[in-house]
Amino acid sequence: MITSDNSAPVLTGNRPFEILRREDYSDVTYMLEVHHPQMARAAQPGQFVIVMSHSDGERIPLTIADFKREKGTITLVIQAVGKSTLEMKEMCQVGTHLYGLAGPMGIPSHVSSAKKVICVGGGLGVAPVYPQARALKEAGAYVIGILGYRTKDLIFWEDKFRAITDELIICTDDGSAGIRGFVTDGIRQALESHPDTEEVIAIGPPVMMKASAQATKPYGIKTMVSLNPIMVDGTGMCGGCRVKVGEKVKFACVDGPDFDGHEVDFDDLMIRLRRYKEEERVARERWSESCRMSTAAVGSEYATVSA
Amino acid sequence: MAKKRTVRTIHQERTPVAELDAFTRAHNFEEVNCGYTEAEAIRESERCLFCPDPKCIEGCPVSIDIPNFIQKIGERDYRGAYEVITGTNLLPAVCGRVCPQENQCEGVCTVGETLESVAIGRLERFIGDLAIQNNWINKPYIQPSRSSNGGRYRIGIVGSGPSGMACAADMAKAGCDVTVFEAFHEAGGVLRYGIPEFRLPNTVVDAEIDKLKELGVRFECNVLVGRLFTIEQMIEEMGFDAVFIGTGAGYPTMLNIPGDSLNGVLSANELLTRCNLMRAREFPNVDTPLPLGKHVVVVGAGNTAMDALRVSMRLGAEKVTCVYRRSKVECPARAEEVHHAEQEGIEFNWLTNPIEILDDGEGNVRAIRCIRMELGEPDDSGRRRPVTIPGSEFEIETDEVVYAIGTNANPIIGQTSKLKLNKWGYIATDKTLMTSIAGVFAGGDIVTGAATVIMAMGAGRKAAQGMKAFLGIRDIGPLRRDHSIFGIDAREHNFMRVRVAA
Ligand SMILES: Cc1cc2nc3c(=O)[nH]c(=O)nc-3n(C[C@H](O)[C@H](O)[C@H](O)COP(=O)(O)OP(=O)(O)OC[C@H]3O[C@@H](n4cnc5c(N)ncnc54)[C@H](O)[C@@H]3O)c2cc1C
Ligand SMILES: Cc1cc2nc3c(=O)[nH]c(=O)nc-3n(C[C@H](O)[C@H](O)[C@H](O)COP(=O)(O)OP(=O)(O)OC[C@H]3O[C@@H](n4cnc5c(N)ncnc54)[C@H](O)[C@@H]3O)c2cc1C
Ligand code: SF4
Ligand code: FES
Repeated sequence: MITSDNSAPVLTGNRPFEILRREDYSDVTYMLEVHHPQMARAAQPGQFVIVMSHSDGERIPLTIADFKREKGTITLVIQAVGKSTLEMKEMCQVGTHLYGLAGPMGIPSHVSSAKKVICVGGGLGVAPVYPQARALKEAGAYVIGILGYRTKDLIFWEDKFRAITDELIICTDDGSAGIRGFVTDGIRQALESHPDTEEVIAIGPPVMMKASAQATKPYGIKTMVSLNPIMVDGTGMCGGCRVKVGEKVKFACVDGPDFDGHEVDFDDLMIRLRRYKEEERVARERWSESCRMSTAAVGSEYATVSA
Repeated sequence: MAKKRTVRTIHQERTPVAELDAFTRAHNFEEVNCGYTEAEAIRESERCLFCPDPKCIEGCPVSIDIPNFIQKIGERDYRGAYEVITGTNLLPAVCGRVCPQENQCEGVCTVGETLESVAIGRLERFIGDLAIQNNWINKPYIQPSRSSNGGRYRIGIVGSGPSGMACAADMAKAGCDVTVFEAFHEAGGVLRYGIPEFRLPNTVVDAEIDKLKELGVRFECNVLVGRLFTIEQMIEEMGFDAVFIGTGAGYPTMLNIPGDSLNGVLSANELLTRCNLMRAREFPNVDTPLPLGKHVVVVGAGNTAMDALRVSMRLGAEKVTCVYRRSKVECPARAEEVHHAEQEGIEFNWLTNPIEILDDGEGNVRAIRCIRMELGEPDDSGRRRPVTIPGSEFEIETDEVVYAIGTNANPIIGQTSKLKLNKWGYIATDKTLMTSIAGVFAGGDIVTGAATVIMAMGAGRKAAQGMKAFLGIRDIGPLRRDHSIFGIDAREHNFMRVRVAA
């Protein structure tokens, strides 16, 4: 495992965090594979990292969408929604380095012993649900994947999911691929043919997770969601990421990010996500002006589901 | 020292220190206290009586030989003064600024019984600043200490706050190979992310960290210990001979009243981290935002609350109000901070307890509902317990509420290791500060709960002593008061390694 040679330097921190591979899945979605062997060893499904792309940047949380222990890399799949993620889309090319990369953060997802599970990923949740789906498959479960995209052109990782699921349902809002509709339609369809499903895992925009939790509630099926509130440190120090779960206040970065979807107060989460709307707009506009780049690329994944 | 000084012969007035005027400084982040000039420092040094039984040393949590360093200032031997202080205190420029001296050395100073006490803190800072300007460093003669298999002892320090810095320095001086792991992207702990620039400039923190680097200490930022690797792995797999945990008590407490989760309610830690570490006050030139309220209400009255109040003022709030359920007498912040805050135009509502935060219908704060209190019988802490005055509820219009009502133990190390914790989640240690895992020590806020910089630093040094004993490195003990050991000056001893025969 980790070096035990007394004289060898510790292989941690201040390493370059070099970007070894990049792939663009669409105008707004891109994948970065970042060199961090120690993190690749430590990472587990459900965990996230905090990234700073440059010294004046924000600390932004991103899920570890995959990790390759032998290659020593972690994979991030990022959707360009605002200043930081748009800027990273321009800056983070192969061979460049991230300024800061800390993690893996959060409590790893509990890989249950359920025999049949549904893993739902909507929009930017597609990538984060992957390591959980894979872990469940490896644990011997029958895994049904449900992936939601706005349209056919935005589809990515279909092949990766095919390889680790027993059934895969693709949903697009416009019907250009798979079934026409939202992931909740996919969930209902899957539950009809598999009433013996023991657990549902849903990751995506808050409206989607809320709708998914509502869809499974009548069946009384345990539904885990991964919350994405605004974070600063990711280490339990600021309380900015607090969420309401079953009337209790939890810090998503250290008590989560996974919580029981039937207990989460999603409306509270959605209100809190709007906290910096005005500043986010200012930052984005300033940045777009400064690099004379159109903001047309900014898409909203919220369109993936009905509220 | 020709004639013996007495309280009657010394300067009666404490030498004042220049401060930025309250109006200007309330709108910038420049340091408020300008520090003594040389002449001022010398004048103040002349107020020390060099008591035969100096109370101030007892009052100092790390027993700095105060009269000795003050005497050296009087003799204009500043380098000598620096060496006296750094014999026990590694961070004079920091402690001279942020220590609650009025409850420590200055609180018990003999002069203080009749006049205003000697300004020990300001003198300490004078020396600390000189050291930074002149790049003085007690670069010890370090003989690498050898572990049984011939390599240097490797020490891992978790957390780069004052406790971690102090332990790192002592172990480096003992010839060990020391690595400090910090979760944030910059080192310094609360000194970096909490205490604002106008009280403790970042350049001072940088200078102290640079000194550690000169001692050979390595800093590894962006490392969240517990998650990237565990404490157990550090010992069992990564080849660390001993580990010190100084992760602080940063988990903020929320009030648990209705309206807690509204936008515009945040912890002082979040406000200060955004402002200090992430430099949000430069937004949009940096990316981290910090939308500021017009009328900010801060709940609590400790040092953290004072910092939150004064930062909000400087960020441009029109009105800043402090709400505290006890009276000014019970307020835990340093007297100087409250005084400064008042000068800067901050309004204080003593004996006022918040009961609800009201929203504007869109999830934002509109007002805070409070109730008036009066002082009743003393409680366990000896402070008179505040009791509510029925029917005295009232509202304060506000668009931002900051909680500065204390912090708890950070849960990450507990979640990821088998270390024994106490019932509040702090790490349990024995007298030498060793935890339930052999070779793993802990100190500072993560053991005691939120305390002070000097206590954390003292704990780091104490743990270093325990660590040296554990590793079999003979230690002459930084806290020993006798001035020579085996006929060698204690100062030198402190920096020299004496190895036991294996
Ligand atoms: C645990 C967790 C995992 C995440 N995983 C991913 C992921 O794998 N891929 C991905 O594309 N995105 C992920 N996100 C969301 C991502 O962090 C935000 O999209 C990003 O911070 C937006 O920054 P921005 O400057 O580009 O946009 P901004 O203009 O700042 O904001 C755009 C949107 O992002 C939200 N946001 C802003 N700042 C933060 C922040 N610090 N933390 C969380 N949300 C924020 C805002 O509420 C807003 O809706 C995750 C968030 C969390 C908390
Ligand atoms: C706003 C504020 C103002 C204050 N003002 C004063 C004052 O005027 N005078 C005074 O004496 N005291 C003051 N204090 C208290 C004082 O700062 C603390 O008591 C002291 O800093 C504690 O030191 P520490 O070394 O225990 O921890 P900290 O300074 O809290 O440092 C802990 C460090 O460990 C890091 N860390 C945490 N977990 C991990 C992990 N798992 N892996 C890696 N790194 C980790 C953190 O990021 C942090 O950098 C103040 C505190 C605050 C918050
Ligand atoms: S108690 Fe006061 S007067 Fe006496 S030695 Fe200490 S600083 Fe000087
Ligand atoms: S992000 Fe600061 S406490 Fe969770």
